[in-house]
Amino acid sequence: MSNTRDFEPTDWKSPEMQARTRKRYRRDRTFRAMGFSAVILAGLFLVLLIGRIFQDGAMGFMQTSIDLDVTFSEELLGDPRAMDAEAFEEQVRQANMSRLLDAALTAQFPEVTSRRDRRALIRIISGGAREQLRNMVLETPAIVGTTKTVRLLAADDIDQLRKGKIDANEPEANRKVKDQELGWYNKLVEEDRVSLNFHTRFFTSGDSRDPELAGIWGATVGSAITLVVTLLIAFPVGVLTAIYLEEFAPQNRLTDIIEININNLAAVPSIVFGLLGLAVFLGVMHLPRSAPLVGGLTLALMTLPTIIIAARASIKAVPPSIRDAARGLGASPMQVVFHHVVPLAMPGILTGTIIGMAQALGETAPLLMIGMVAFIVDIPGGFTDAATALPVQIFLWADSPERAFVEKTSAAIMVLLTFLIAMNGLAIWLRQKFERQW
Amino acid sequence: MTSAAIFLTLVLLAFIAFVTVRQRSLASVSGDTSKLHSLPRHYGYYAAVCALIPGLLIFFVWVITGKNIIEGLVISGLPDGLSAQYQEQASLVLNRIRLAVENPASSEKHPDILAAAQQFHALYVRGIWATFVLAVASGVGGLVFANYKTNPDFRARNSFERVLTILLILSSVIAIITTVGIVASLLFESLRFFQQVSVVDFVFGLHWSPQTALRADQVASAGAFGAVPLFTGTLLISLLAMMVAGPIGLMSAVYLTQYASARTRKIAKPVLEVLAGVPTVVYGFFAALTVAPFFRDLGEAIGVEIASESALAAGFVMGIMIIPFVSSLSDDAITAVPKSLKDGSLALGATRSETITNVILPAALPGIVGAFLLAISRAVGETMIVVMAAGMQPNLTANPFEAVTTVTVQIVALLTGDQEFDSAKTLSAFALGLALFLSTMVLNVFALRIVRKYREVYD
Repeated sequence: MSNTRDFEPTDWKSPEMQARTRKRYRRDRTFRAMGFSAVILAGLFLVLLIGRIFQDGAMGFMQTSIDLDVTFSEELLGDPRAMDAEAFEEQVRQANMSRLLDAALTAQFPEVTSRRDRRALIRIISGGAREQLRNMVLETPAIVGTTKTVRLLAADDIDQLRKGKIDANEPEANRKVKDQELGWYNKLVEEDRVSLNFHTRFFTSGDSRDPELAGIWGATVGSAITLVVTLLIAFPVGVLTAIYLEEFAPQNRLTDIIEININNLAAVPSIVFGLLGLAVFLGVMHLPRSAPLVGGLTLALMTLPTIIIAARASIKAVPPSIRDAARGLGASPMQVVFHHVVPLAMPGILTGTIIGMAQALGETAPLLMIGMVAFIVDIPGGFTDAATALPVQIFLWADSPERAFVEKTSAAIMVLLTFLIAMNGLAIWLRQKFERQW
Repeated sequence: MTSAAIFLTLVLLAFIAFVTVRQRSLASVSGDTSKLHSLPRHYGYYAAVCALIPGLLIFFVWVITGKNIIEGLVISGLPDGLSAQYQEQASLVLNRIRLAVENPASSEKHPDILAAAQQFHALYVRGIWATFVLAVASGVGGLVFANYKTNPDFRARNSFERVLTILLILSSVIAIITTVGIVASLLFESLRFFQQVSVVDFVFGLHWSPQTALRADQVASAGAFGAVPLFTGTLLISLLAMMVAGPIGLMSAVYLTQYASARTRKIAKPVLEVLAGVPTVVYGFFAALTVAPFFRDLGEAIGVEIASESALAAGFVMGIMIIPFVSSLSDDAITAVPKSLKDGSLALGATRSETITNVILPAALPGIVGAFLLAISRAVGETMIVVMAAGMQPNLTANPFEAVTTVTVQIVALLTGDQEFDSAKTLSAFALGLALFLSTMVLNVFALRIVRKYREVYD
């Protein structure tokens, strides 16, 4: 009952305590700043990553061309008026188009005479130019006998020079384009024959060893076929599994094991799925190597947990009253699920599926295991054709020694990211449009 | 005749069954559906199932086992000389036969092999026709059966729904089959590997050089399969990644849950999600093209020699990749801490940073540890970044400036490109895969257990 205290009350106004409080607040501000800078740092990494890719990739969609006056000589190609169509076509296919190029270049650079120099000269034009000329002749046979200015793709080194990736001021020994070629290039520039154009071929052709001829269409088609297989397997199996686990499964050991299994599968490294695909689909079932069918199967097993988990959450969100009402009107348990619960849960299920598909689209490692990493020029036409996929194409190009492939790789990454953003955007839109508050 | 044709025929048959039986059920009550037990389409569904399922089973048995059985037959039918050779180089002979089958114009000259290839082809054609006939016959049988059962009292809906239930259960079992498949294939191939290389050498060996020579007299013909350098390399890179992702991920989670306004959260969260959505091959390209040269130049500037394929570059970029992973899992752990704890601390006069470091983080610690473990397991299993940015040299070092190699890099290196059959080199990839699978599995189970145990305390 005494009023005596065994300690003095804190004197908050004292200078020591004031200093102490200030120090504590300062520490709080520092801590807050640390948190803020962590967020900013994460954002900065993203900006750096995307920025670097875009900076390199923008030029990957452009390609340097050289305008040359090509004389389509009758002597080499035959006269389309004098012979029947088939014979003419045959002759054009057999014809050595390099001679047209050679003649055009000689006309352009009459001073180049020695054999060696002329061989160097023809190398400033892309190897694909012969095919381009051949196609022109086959399309319009009437062109034979005339001289036309044709826009031909430049070789990759000239292209890099035009884009400033090769510095003309460096000493010759360190430069891929030698002084001689530089002279020719400068002459062409003076005559306004060099131009930088949008490169549609990048979107329409398959892989190639030459950067200026390589395109992503083959890989895109390969990815598309692979994803179709993945979707056809992972979607039904995933949804049916989710339905069973949410609506029908009894509480027993088997159900527990399945649930634990799905959660564990979601965390298995993707490369292990590749090993599974290699051992089972290729080793035991003898499905063809490098085929989108096998890639799709492997990726389906990988994305299955994602779809199951999303579908379960979405089915769980459908209120029980819906089920009760349907049961009350005489629907069987199956009818309740398939006529009412699943349609209501569909937006959520689709969102999860799209996210799973986006994951599968960006996945590389398992595809390396099952051989979808080969150099494939042709555009795949079916489930068992040898194919590659967009991310694998990126991996292959990233490995190429040619300088020009760097921008192609970045450009391919931009295309891949565009697809991924579109898919995720679609998922977000679906969620927002159909999300329901019960 | 192709496999696809068999499949399409079966689907067509199922469709015919649906249409005819549906009509028959309607006809059996002269159009008065109220007299039917089930809706007409249920009779149709039931018939389609009867027609499809047995045929599909036969079809799948053929697809999965057909070629293996025929190969077995062909091998046992080989002349004695070849089968003696076969004992030694089983897959080599088999492969020559396969090549000769796929490409009749190939350079294969050996008459026995050519004969075997012809026999294979003949058996294959016979097999696929047998499958076709069997599958179609069973489909027609199913149709006839369903047709026979169709009468107004037949509970078609119940029967069909029973089939559906079985389908649902089968779908769920696929998850188990996948796991079993992973474990079985990894174990099976690993066991074959461990017949050639002892487990002790693999787990504790310090030297990794899987290039086995083709001839016995070549230098270093044995090939060494000591995986310790790979394990340490994986650990080193994962550790570096966690040194980047741990602080940044945790601090950003703390900031976003405790300090940030709703508007900041709305901007920052999607940024982290995008970071998580970037494909790993893109990170790999970034690491190899931008980060590795940057570190090398930086090292040159300050006088440290940093390899152009250093562990540092790979680890750093991998760290960026798992920031969102750490951040979102830590976020969950922090938000799960009851608000009363935080309010109590603030009410006693603690500043926010004191509340966070002394109250919230200790309470969320198990969840955060779980998050870190999951992130490590993610880093251990990550492939593309290390394949593109870390080296191939199996260095046993803890120096982040040197090149190291990882388990996943070696798996990719061993299994892409030209493969030898059944060599220790190829099989070792599966042993590495098994080690990878087991370690990530243990990390995950452990992490989930910690997280779950923690949740029980506050709920």
